[in-house]
Amino acid sequence: MSTTVLTVDDSRAMRDMLRHSLAAAGFRVIQAEDGLHGLEMLESERPDVIVTDINMPRMDGFGFIEAVRRDDQRKAVPVLVLTTEVDVEKKNRARAAGATGWIVKPFDPVKLIEAIRRVSA
Amino acid sequence: MEDPMAAIRETFFQECDEQLAELETGLIAMENGTAETETVNAVFRAVHSMKGGAGIFALDALVRFAHVFETALDKVRSGTLAATPAVLGVFLRAADVLADLVHAARENTSVDNARTATMVAEFDKINNDCETPSPAPAKTAPAAGSGLFEAALEEQNSAWEISFTPRAELYAKANETAIILRELRRLGEIDVRLDASCLPELSELDPEGAYLTWHIKLTSDCDEAAIRHVFEFVEDDCVLLITPPEPQGFVPGTVITGDNGFKFEFFPPPEDEEPAPEPEAAVPPPPREAPAAAKNPAVEVMAAKAESAAAVSATIRVDLDRVDRMIDLVGELVINEAMLSQRVLEAGIARASGVAMALEELEHLTREIQDSVMAIRAQPVRSVFQRMPRLVREVAAQTHKQVRLVTEGEGTEVDKTVIERIADPLTHMIRNAIDHGLESTERRIEIGKPAEGTVKLIALHRSGRIVLEVSDDGAGINRARVREKAVENGVIAADAQLSDDEIDNLIFLPGFSTAAKVSDISGRGVGMDVVRQSVAALGGRISITSRPGLGSTFTLSLPLTLAVLDGMVVSAHGHTLIIPLSAIVETLKPRAQDVFPLDHEINVLALRGGYVPMVDIANSLCYSESFIEPEQSVALLVEGEGGVRAVLLVDAIHGQRQVVIKSLEANYRAVPGIGAATVMGDGRVALILDVDAMVRNARSDAGRGAELAVTEAV
Amino acid sequence: MSATIQADPANQAGNRELIAFRVGRQEFCINVMMVREIRGWTAATRLPRSPRYVRGVINLRGAVLPIVDLAIRLGLPASEPTARNVIIVVQIGQQQVGLLVDAVSDILTASNASIQPSPDVTSELVKTFVKGLLPVDGRMISLISLDNALPRELEAA
Repeated sequence: MSTTVLTVDDSRAMRDMLRHSLAAAGFRVIQAEDGLHGLEMLESERPDVIVTDINMPRMDGFGFIEAVRRDDQRKAVPVLVLTTEVDVEKKNRARAAGATGWIVKPFDPVKLIEAIRRVSA
Repeated sequence: MEDPMAAIRETFFQECDEQLAELETGLIAMENGTAETETVNAVFRAVHSMKGGAGIFALDALVRFAHVFETALDKVRSGTLAATPAVLGVFLRAADVLADLVHAARENTSVDNARTATMVAEFDKINNDCETPSPAPAKTAPAAGSGLFEAALEEQNSAWEISFTPRAELYAKANETAIILRELRRLGEIDVRLDASCLPELSELDPEGAYLTWHIKLTSDCDEAAIRHVFEFVEDDCVLLITPPEPQGFVPGTVITGDNGFKFEFFPPPEDEEPAPEPEAAVPPPPREAPAAAKNPAVEVMAAKAESAAAVSATIRVDLDRVDRMIDLVGELVINEAMLSQRVLEAGIARASGVAMALEELEHLTREIQDSVMAIRAQPVRSVFQRMPRLVREVAAQTHKQVRLVTEGEGTEVDKTVIERIADPLTHMIRNAIDHGLESTERRIEIGKPAEGTVKLIALHRSGRIVLEVSDDGAGINRARVREKAVENGVIAADAQLSDDEIDNLIFLPGFSTAAKVSDISGRGVGMDVVRQSVAALGGRISITSRPGLGSTFTLSLPLTLAVLDGMVVSAHGHTLIIPLSAIVETLKPRAQDVFPLDHEINVLALRGGYVPMVDIANSLCYSESFIEPEQSVALLVEGEGGVRAVLLVDAIHGQRQVVIKSLEANYRAVPGIGAATVMGDGRVALILDVDAMVRNARSDAGRGAELAVTEAV
Repeated sequence: MSATIQADPANQAGNRELIAFRVGRQEFCINVMMVREIRGWTAATRLPRSPRYVRGVINLRGAVLPIVDLAIRLGLPASEPTARNVIIVVQIGQQQVGLLVDAVSDILTASNASIQPSPDVTSELVKTFVKGLLPVDGRMISLISLDNALPRELEAA
């Protein structure tokens, strides 16, 4: 079975881009539009890797990662943070929240895929 | 096959439009003091998101400007910069610049670089005024990173010594040692030795703790960067010692930078030995049965917040084609239902029979489905209203006037097809209101009006139509000047007797411009006649009322949907026609003594003290050479655009019905006097009368001479 | 149908498939690629202020389809259509139009070389529509262009 990646991003263009890049690399891609939506999806889906944005309405990436880490069933899922943030403070917050890794946009699909491969079993 | 990148690009630009609208709305709310905390976040997110997307497509100018904008917005968000009117003024103008940059990127055109630069300078000023030193954007020079690593060992083939001691956090963040070892194996041959000397007694063992150290010998000609790359995500959640085959300088900080500003980095090493919190180990896992929201307080809070914020979650995005297809199908269903009803009627089945009653039920259901489907397409006019503040700012700047825009009824819903087509007429009406309606600031002060003129934009529903009003508190129409101009252009006779209202509405005639000199604003636009034509093409009407010295009001009325219409089925000389119900005032049975000939062709009907011109539909549409005897006919008093009335004569009325509007232009062209077509219960096409054209025609035939003569096709 | 039909309608070297039909005593043809469907005559709803050759509009599965009486359009003797008449629904640019003809007579493949220019003596109407002549088994079939089948926009009228 192919690796399932959950992407969480409020931008449609970014979602399309992620879907396009990841699907081309053979991943099964499921997508959520913000943190809360992401948690809803985790009710029924078991992704192998999560890629999430930070700035999102309703629930941002920090809240989302924290919630994932607090969920006993989901806390072992690697979470890569994908955002334009270059702010060190925010990076540390994401890390403190339990992010597995960090990628600064604009992302290079090849590197993104490599990063996903490196955190997925 | 469509290029996926092109499609994503298109999505990006669509999203930009939405975000620009949101940005503007938010900034205006902040300006009006109606902003909430979430507004500031939404504004920030809008710019931030555009920046992110622009990065994908290497739209550098856009990325750069969005970054500057975002930085300032972030300061407002974090409270280090106060959102003063001056700052918001800069933001609003920056939003316009951003919109231009988006537009330029989309169209591949250039932008006014000077304007962008000015804007950036203004941002610099804001940023300097704000005391807190901003954290440097911390952009690592792209080439530096990669060059750094290439300098490392190249030809080593002896063993690297790696000592790797994960901390509990490493596991808590879902990293795995097995995967890391797997990755190391890709670099070369590895020899792994596990050091479990720190493993405690089983009774003391924390199942989520970390007690092991791996000692790895890696035989590879790779450089240190490659090894560190493997430990990239975990570097600060473990103790990692990498000893090269030959001792050499440790490379501090690990940043890998690729093309395009791509950056992939380790988390910086922890600054101190502060123990990391380990909440997982301490808190027993809550029971699995509980629903997620209850189980997770954070989620619960967020969910509550989300509910109070907006009902975002209750919407879905559907491809418009699917909705259109459904509307088409429902339209067919309505027709089929009507056909079935007719067949049942023809078969002489009793009204009280089960079949007839079931059919009636079906009719209700069909109606309801149709209404529901149409409601899917209904959208608030907000999206169009949102574009207007910018327009007002621009036109105000061009005309050196101070203008305040007041909007009302943004939530008024109307069919999507209508929404798409009201932007142009509205733009023109607003432009006209500022350019021609409002006096100059000096003049306003002189006559004791507030220096700032007000333009009001209102949307409301009225008798099954949407009404849009654009009013100004300017000088009103200069009737003497309009009249003079109309006579000058030969539009009306010098001695024509016109009411004030009729004079005001002369501005909709072709080639009319009332400004003393042709200004830049109206000069580049189209005349009000074009606006009226485009509105009429939508089945709409436009009119103006004006009070000297107090201002003018443009009123635009449009059908709520362009897809269905309530109509009266009539026949004229054997032809079935539909007359829109919205235009019909009443039906009459004319008496011979009330009919007076105006000339050899035109009759007028005496009606409650006035005279209304009569239009013989069959003759007017060339179905018949002769004229119907008025007393043999059924008459419908109709009201066209601007409240102008006429009496339409037909042979008979066959009842009301809702019809699905079918365009004649799609496969043919516009037909004078006919608005559209529909398909009747028998499957045949029936034509929908263009009442405005009929009324206009009657008026112009009646010797008025001012209105457009209907173009006759050869 | 004609024996010249080929299995592969995709044009090899300038060959095109044509559909031939009768209008009065003459035979015409158009490119088969333009044809969407062929159906029997149904009564059309007359359009006011339209040229005489526009018979009106019919309902084609929910779309309003104008019907052009080719006999009148081509200046031939007209007659009231009956159930035996045929409507050829064609695509002209973005629009679909029904052509009222007497009958569909043939589907044939012709090479560009076999199409002869129409003689230079012809009337304005012929010049407008006839793009070439095609001799087939002793018959003469006029290849017509439908670009001007419908009246132009109102402004030009």
